[in-house]
Amino acid sequence: MAGELMLAVEGLWKVFGGILAISGVSFNLHRGEVVGIIGPNGAGKTTLVNLLSGFVKPDKGSIRFRGERVDGLPPHKIASRGLVRTFQIMRPFHSMPAYKNLIVPLNSPRVRKTRAGALGDLDSVAIDILEEIGFERDARVPYKTAGSLPLGYLKRLELARCLAMQPEVVLCDEVFSGMSMSEIASMIPLLEKMQMNGITLMMVEHRLRELFKLADRVMVINFGEKIADGPPALVMADPAVKKAYMGAEGQQ
Amino acid sequence: MTASEQRKKRIERSITVRSRSIYALSSWREMTFLLLPRAALVASLCILPLVLGMYWQRVFCAAAIYAMLALAFDFLAQFVGLVCLGLSMFIGLGGYISGGLNHYWGWPIWLSIPAASLAGAVLGTLALVPCLRLRGVYFAIISFMLPLFLVSLIIATSILGSTEGISSLDNLPNIWIEQYLIIGALLLVLFGFRRLVTEDFGVILQGIKDNDQAVKASGIDITAYRIKAVFLAACIGSFCGAYLSHLYGWLGLSMFAMDFSILPIAATVMGGMGTLAGPVIGAFILTPLSEGLRGFGQLRVVLYSLLLLGFILYKPEGILNYLERKYFQFERWEKV
Amino acid sequence: MEIIIYGAVNSMVFMLVASGFALVYGVSRIPNFAHGAIYVLVGFLAWSFLNDLKLPYALAILLSLLVSALLGVLIYRFVLMRLRGMPTSEIIASFAVSLVILEGLRLQGIAGFKGFIGPFYSLPPFLDAKVKIAGVFLDWQRLFILGLGSLVLLAIYLFTHYSKAGLKLRAIAQDEQAAMMLGINSDRAAMMSLALGSALAGTAAILILPLGNLAVEQGYHVLIRALAVCIVGGLGSWAGTIIASLVLGYSVILSTKLFGGVWESVVLVGTIIVILLLKPSGLMGKQKELEERV
Repeated sequence: MAGELMLAVEGLWKVFGGILAISGVSFNLHRGEVVGIIGPNGAGKTTLVNLLSGFVKPDKGSIRFRGERVDGLPPHKIASRGLVRTFQIMRPFHSMPAYKNLIVPLNSPRVRKTRAGALGDLDSVAIDILEEIGFERDARVPYKTAGSLPLGYLKRLELARCLAMQPEVVLCDEVFSGMSMSEIASMIPLLEKMQMNGITLMMVEHRLRELFKLADRVMVINFGEKIADGPPALVMADPAVKKAYMGAEGQQ
Repeated sequence: MTASEQRKKRIERSITVRSRSIYALSSWREMTFLLLPRAALVASLCILPLVLGMYWQRVFCAAAIYAMLALAFDFLAQFVGLVCLGLSMFIGLGGYISGGLNHYWGWPIWLSIPAASLAGAVLGTLALVPCLRLRGVYFAIISFMLPLFLVSLIIATSILGSTEGISSLDNLPNIWIEQYLIIGALLLVLFGFRRLVTEDFGVILQGIKDNDQAVKASGIDITAYRIKAVFLAACIGSFCGAYLSHLYGWLGLSMFAMDFSILPIAATVMGGMGTLAGPVIGAFILTPLSEGLRGFGQLRVVLYSLLLLGFILYKPEGILNYLERKYFQFERWEKV
Repeated sequence: MEIIIYGAVNSMVFMLVASGFALVYGVSRIPNFAHGAIYVLVGFLAWSFLNDLKLPYALAILLSLLVSALLGVLIYRFVLMRLRGMPTSEIIASFAVSLVILEGLRLQGIAGFKGFIGPFYSLPPFLDAKVKIAGVFLDWQRLFILGLGSLVLLAIYLFTHYSKAGLKLRAIAQDEQAAMMLGINSDRAAMMSLALGSALAGTAAILILPLGNLAVEQGYHVLIRALAVCIVGGLGSWAGTIIASLVLGYSVILSTKLFGGVWESVVLVGTIIVILLLKPSGLMGKQKELEERV
């Protein structure tokens, strides 16, 4: 399914103090793909997301989003081009009702440009978006203070924040973490729907079983390097990957 | 009966609860209850100039100026997260530009005041722009330094009247315009800010305070919003400065005095940070107070600072929040 | 040649004055706007000790330093400690304290307090003589500034790198939460930093004030200098403070020589603006750049 080349990353390097966080990572991302990013803890996965979304500047290498270079741009500019990310540590705008949280992305230049005059009342647009992702309007969930929502809703709110931007590519940073299997099961259709609507997903995950339900392709990052890239089954059979996850002995 | 066996309980007054729903519209009592504070504020502002004598009318104007500065400060500090320690810079900029336009180029005041408000705002904002990309501390530091810097610049270059200032500027036409111009401006700013912070602009500012990373990740340029907010506050400050120079008909280095920087801050802390109306009340309390203590000279700045410290340490909610609580709730002791 | 030596002295002046502020900010993240006020207050206290109480010189100096440290502790304990975690309130409160002290020193006629107005106050220099170095006449006081100032800075370095208490301060400065998890009391560290910072302000006052008059305006000048150095050098970086002191110290001397003393603020503010535009985290604020940007 080679669609448009959405993301072309080449030779990405990042050093923090004395630590080599990302070394020489390169990959491509095409429209409509769901690519998983997996690897042991501390391998640099979240750093990768930070680099792609502009929160951290790479020392070397290039990141091209739909043909244009975006490495070095500030986060809001990258998000405005359609490359958005979720945050692993959930901190919504806690003092506002849930739907007001979406007012922020709905006011971004990107949304202003694409929706122009057709937006109407932003508040109702926000509530519609929330309803679509499962905030029951009847139970007044969208009106609850964001800080009081349980985790499952917070994760959805985070996704809603991204969806409100009408993104092309969404970088999901461990959206499954902290959720029970049934909660994840109810989130998967949402992600599938996003994919069907043409959004490209890149998901950093630890929950491999659930991830493999969605991902066509998986990249393994270990110690800042990409050590595998391919369909899930092939990647998990790769001895280098096994070694990275299990240790040198290959024990379970 | 020891303290642990009793506690203070706050209960909403029944009229508060009744006034919550739409049915309040059908009751005169409840409508009055809701509208009274606001009406009282607006009415007293409009009526006072009619009853005060000439001397106190001038004080009233000064209080209104301080109230506007306090509003600007409160907005920047609580809604944007930027503590402006140098409000006097805007007064000075507005005053000098308007006075300068009036004195050197003969501009009439109805032209020079708006022009000075805008020009002062532009200059002030430009001076602060370099630090708006950074954390709030830098803004506090730079805003503190700028008025002192401008003063030494004026002295060093001996322009614009240097240490003596310039007098014989045009005055405002008559006493009523003096009063109602500033009252109108104050009400405009007060209700304007109220509106602004409930609209999307305010929601975004609140978001920036809650979680700026998420705001950036949502495509919003935080620096741009800060610049807009600072420009707004700068406009208000410069307008006050321009108005001041024509109220008294002269401009001078005292426009950069520490008074203009500290009294609004004290008024804000006393009145209740973040409430917008609180700083206004604080200003209208402090200004007459300071007028009454005119004989004490520099002591007044010490007084404002001490009051400020007292409130910020021991009663940080401020006067307005306290009054609001009393208005909407009552308290009684209850056995635990 | 004259410029080189006077520039060095001026740089040391800047460094001494800024180090107190930098220390407090580095450890407790509180911008102590009262820094300049403490500087001037210690100067006036020393004057009082010398002239009103007629204490011997050494005792007056010692007492002043002790009082300055105590002041710092009091300011923290009774004002700033209650406001920890609310940066807006911290800034406002320290600004208010600074005004109480500075404007309070101008008071006259309250309970017989004469008020420190007028050009009549000055602290005597350590040694009222000049010496010739490399063809340039230099007063001993300036030499003392260079010498004792370096010693003081060395002492701070040794303290923060080799003493238990100093290491605790550095720990809090680097990562407050991690340090707290190791059992380091953040409030105590902040109090210590304020004591040290104020003592540094006092030391600076004792060394530098004899060069000129003792006036309340100095409080504002000193604060501006300290702030300028810290911003240009990078808030929280010692190397930056040193380099910035040199840069600003020499720039000011040069501008004074060429254009006259009144342009000092222009030079300071100009340098700040240039740094903020080009390298906002300061000359040496490399690692902190991410934190500094919003």
